Amino acid sequence: MGATLKDATAIAGIGQTPFAKQLPGSEKTLACRAIVAALDDAGIAPSEVDAFASYTMEETDEVEIAKAIGAGDVTHFSKVGYGGGGSCATVAHLAAAIATGQASVGVAWRSRKRGSGPRPWKNTQVQLPTPAQWTRPFGLLRPADEIGLLARRYMHEYGATRDHLFNVALACRNRANQNPAAMMYDRPLTREMYMTARWISEPLCLFDNCLETDGALACVVVAAERARDCRHRPVYVHSAAQGLPAQHHGMVNYWNDDPLTGPAWTAARQLWKGADLGPQDVDVAQIYDAFTPLIPLSLEGYGFCGRGEGAAFTEGGALEIGGRLPLNTGGGGLSEAYVHGFNLITEGVKQLRGTSTAQVPDAATCLVTAGEGVPTSALLLRS
Amino acid sequence: MSSGESLRASVREVMSPSVTPPTDNRPDPAADLLLPVPDDDGAPFWDYAARGELRVQSCADCDELRFPPRPCCPHCQSFAARWQKMSGRGRIWSYVLPHPPLLPAYAARPGYNAVVVELAEAPRIRLVGNLVAAADAPLNSVDPARLRIGAPVKAAFHTLPGGVTVPRWLLERP
Repeated sequence: MGATLKDATAIAGIGQTPFAKQLPGSEKTLACRAIVAALDDAGIAPSEVDAFASYTMEETDEVEIAKAIGAGDVTHFSKVGYGGGGSCATVAHLAAAIATGQASVGVAWRSRKRGSGPRPWKNTQVQLPTPAQWTRPFGLLRPADEIGLLARRYMHEYGATRDHLFNVALACRNRANQNPAAMMYDRPLTREMYMTARWISEPLCLFDNCLETDGALACVVVAAERARDCRHRPVYVHSAAQGLPAQHHGMVNYWNDDPLTGPAWTAARQLWKGADLGPQDVDVAQIYDAFTPLIPLSLEGYGFCGRGEGAAFTEGGALEIGGRLPLNTGGGGLSEAYVHGFNLITEGVKQLRGTSTAQVPDAATCLVTAGEGVPTSALLLRS
Repeated sequence: MSSGESLRASVREVMSPSVTPPTDNRPDPAADLLLPVPDDDGAPFWDYAARGELRVQSCADCDELRFPPRPCCPHCQSFAARWQKMSGRGRIWSYVLPHPPLLPAYAARPGYNAVVVELAEAPRIRLVGNLVAAADAPLNSVDPARLRIGAPVKAAFHTLPGGVTVPRWLLERP
């Protein structure tokens, strides 16, 4: 038995900028602010940082970040692909590097001006030949359209309704209404607003889609022993996993035998295999919510319910505080900020420190997931 | 398969109705639907489509169909492939109705649909496309209320202003 990830590392610091439709400053500046804040939160000097991990879609690279914040010699750096599918993997890569002695202080970050910047799908020059040649000419242009197709099929197969998707949107909005940092802090959502909202890609309406946000976040990963000397209670990386299923096609996953079992299922098998805990032990979940249908799919994938039961799981306030599985307690991508899921990681840390604005009493375990519907990743955090 | 084949889209499985509907072939800048940008593996699909044929890549050794096309058979790892002709019949597997914000050419066709069709001979082979009233009819020529999962459809071929022919889908029972 070689090195194990289980509780070997911990998240010792978190940092973030404000979230807004438009923030002043460059993505690089925002990244540096979030990283410096995370290091300060941990009580670790920037000169001790020797590892970096981020997304391939991140525009600020390690050289720029390292020299700006005053990092020392860096011995591990990695980037993870597939947009929001990479969020948890950034922490997983740092945890693996630190657990195997390749580095000692790792910083993961995401900085993005998606609120004031361009929508990626509007760029008609960057048409990836595979698989866009099979989808974009037919007007399947945006992620909302691509996920909308899976959502329609899911609703057809399992009797899921728009009310189920509303349950997801409402839980996230209710938590955002408790979180002063959330973009939707002062904007309550009602069922009537949801049911009469404009369509984006029918069957998905405006409130089924995440926000467009300027903002940056970061976290600091260190060995468990080191974390116990830091400023806050350590939040241990109990288990971590990535998932790229056999014959998966990315967000246009229409071309395998079973398009409704996506990367969550693969990541979940590996995540639980490496854990002493199971889905029944999870106190609170931060599940990637670029679109509401990703929640029922992920609930099934991570084993909180059976196949086809994810929509019904959301009934009866199950996702609210006091429900079966409190969800996205900072408001998530739907109502706090959409920064490729990194705010789900930091919210998981806040829950396990006991400092969330929508604290689940005595929360000791938190599942954090990255984007379902693309090659994904997940973390099981514990206090 | 030569990519130098004529792009003449003379083969139409369905003739246009006698009253010519508005067409998507007009030279209008707002009419510029995106063209497929084929890769090496996908190029034969578009070449066959230009001849009015719907063909899917299959392994020349183990005969398994695969889509999207790729260099190597995931079942037996053979690099030998051929392109198998499909009947063009299938069923709607799912669909969406995209609304703005959209690229201008698509926003100019409100109520258009994007469908996934599973092929009759190979239900696990699914193609994204548009359900239209006739091969050359506008993208939004079918009343969205007519769309439903499971509806039988058949392929037709339409040549875009850029000279590329794409498969489209017509209801078997309009």
